[in-house]
Amino acid sequence: MTQYYREYLAVAVLIGAGIAMVAGMLGLGRLVRPTRPQPQKYVTYESGSDPVGGWGQSNVRYYVYALLFVMFDVEAVFIFPWAVRVEQLGVQSLVSMIVFIVILTLGLVYAWRKGVLRWA
Amino acid sequence: MTLALEIGWGTTLAIKTLIVLMIIPLGALILGYTFLLKMMSHMQSRLGPMDPGGFHGWFQLVGDGIKFLQKEDIMPDEADRRVFALAPAIVVISTFLIFLVIPTGPRLVVQHLDVGVFYALAVSSLSVVGVLMAGWASANKFALIGALRAAAQLIAYELPLLLAVVGVVIQAGTMNLNGIVIAQANGSIFGMDFFGNPFILTQIVGFVLFLIAAQAELTQTPFDMPVAESELVAGYMVEYTGFRFLFFFIGEFGTAFAFAALAATLYLGGYAIPGVNGGLADLLGPIVLFVKLMAVAFFMFWVRFTYPRLREDQLQAIAWKYLIPIGLLNIIATAIIKVAVP
Repeated sequence: MTQYYREYLAVAVLIGAGIAMVAGMLGLGRLVRPTRPQPQKYVTYESGSDPVGGWGQSNVRYYVYALLFVMFDVEAVFIFPWAVRVEQLGVQSLVSMIVFIVILTLGLVYAWRKGVLRWA
Repeated sequence: MTLALEIGWGTTLAIKTLIVLMIIPLGALILGYTFLLKMMSHMQSRLGPMDPGGFHGWFQLVGDGIKFLQKEDIMPDEADRRVFALAPAIVVISTFLIFLVIPTGPRLVVQHLDVGVFYALAVSSLSVVGVLMAGWASANKFALIGALRAAAQLIAYELPLLLAVVGVVIQAGTMNLNGIVIAQANGSIFGMDFFGNPFILTQIVGFVLFLIAAQAELTQTPFDMPVAESELVAGYMVEYTGFRFLFFFIGEFGTAFAFAALAATLYLGGYAIPGVNGGLADLLGPIVLFVKLMAVAFFMFWVRFTYPRLREDQLQAIAWKYLIPIGLLNIIATAIIKVAVP
């Protein structure tokens, strides 16, 4: 058990080290860089001209992809443990996984036929 | 193991962490210098980066560093200040975490994880969050469009990346990156085993998928709409200056370094040299891995400097209509062969 937690303690240590390095570099930058505030510098940058409006409206044409992504990403979570043991589990697991993948692919085919993957 | 016993587990981890802290900016610098500045200048006849300091413009990168150091830190009035400040840190730290599991020798790794590859891909995708935060918090139209494009692209190409790696996992029977290297070193192909079985030979489809998807994950040129400077200025990075911008730069090239190392480990046999074991393997491992990594990186940047940008819908179509079905077929074929031919 301790070995298991040690492995992931290393992850935590690395996150801490990363935060320390980012903070260190920003601190160093604060010491070195000049600060001469002028109101014009803090205007939103739109290639030199004065900014128009506040937020811009943007048509997210590919939001359905996010739903499809969730479907396939969860699938990957199921495939990985199976992939490790496929040789030991043998033919039965292979057939079940193929059926699983085919069913998922049907979802993709359905979305494709519905025109979701087309630029609307 | 004797080394670890002598100086204790905590000290070892501290030393390894320090080395990783140094490797990432160093790796980003190496890739940025050799490929972005020198190779691109030669391939595209760019004169600027070849000039400073004399011989092949060796001073260019130092000059860039000094420039970043003395840039004023500007945060737009409209920005969501806390999120704006946090975003680059998340991108850099996600790059950091990948290096935890990449083995550079039989014992030279920060930490062997049993879920190695899976962990590496999971933490690399954390950067999407940082990118979205940066685009949203900038309160800039270009930044927001860039961030949305980036998010759509990163999640779409996450899947081919995962599916390509599953083929390797099936063949090696483990997700531990060290185990995958050993499986390649001990493998044989058609009864020949004098150089093992680098998975590029049997997983060539997966290797190509991995490279294409990695290119998109790195937002490198055929897939660089999120940062397209001719349309979106610089996408989600528009409002960032100085060190915060540098973090995105380190994140991009550090991740390129990490993905090249991952590709070398998964498909090209990693650190292993046939017939070399023990201490010598630890000594030569990093060099071998570095050579393979640079070969992969050379190829990735070659593509980057050669191809024009794709359109947003073409990008999505490639991922969903070609790469994902091919990836699924690759998994099924690999699994059938693995079960049928033990």
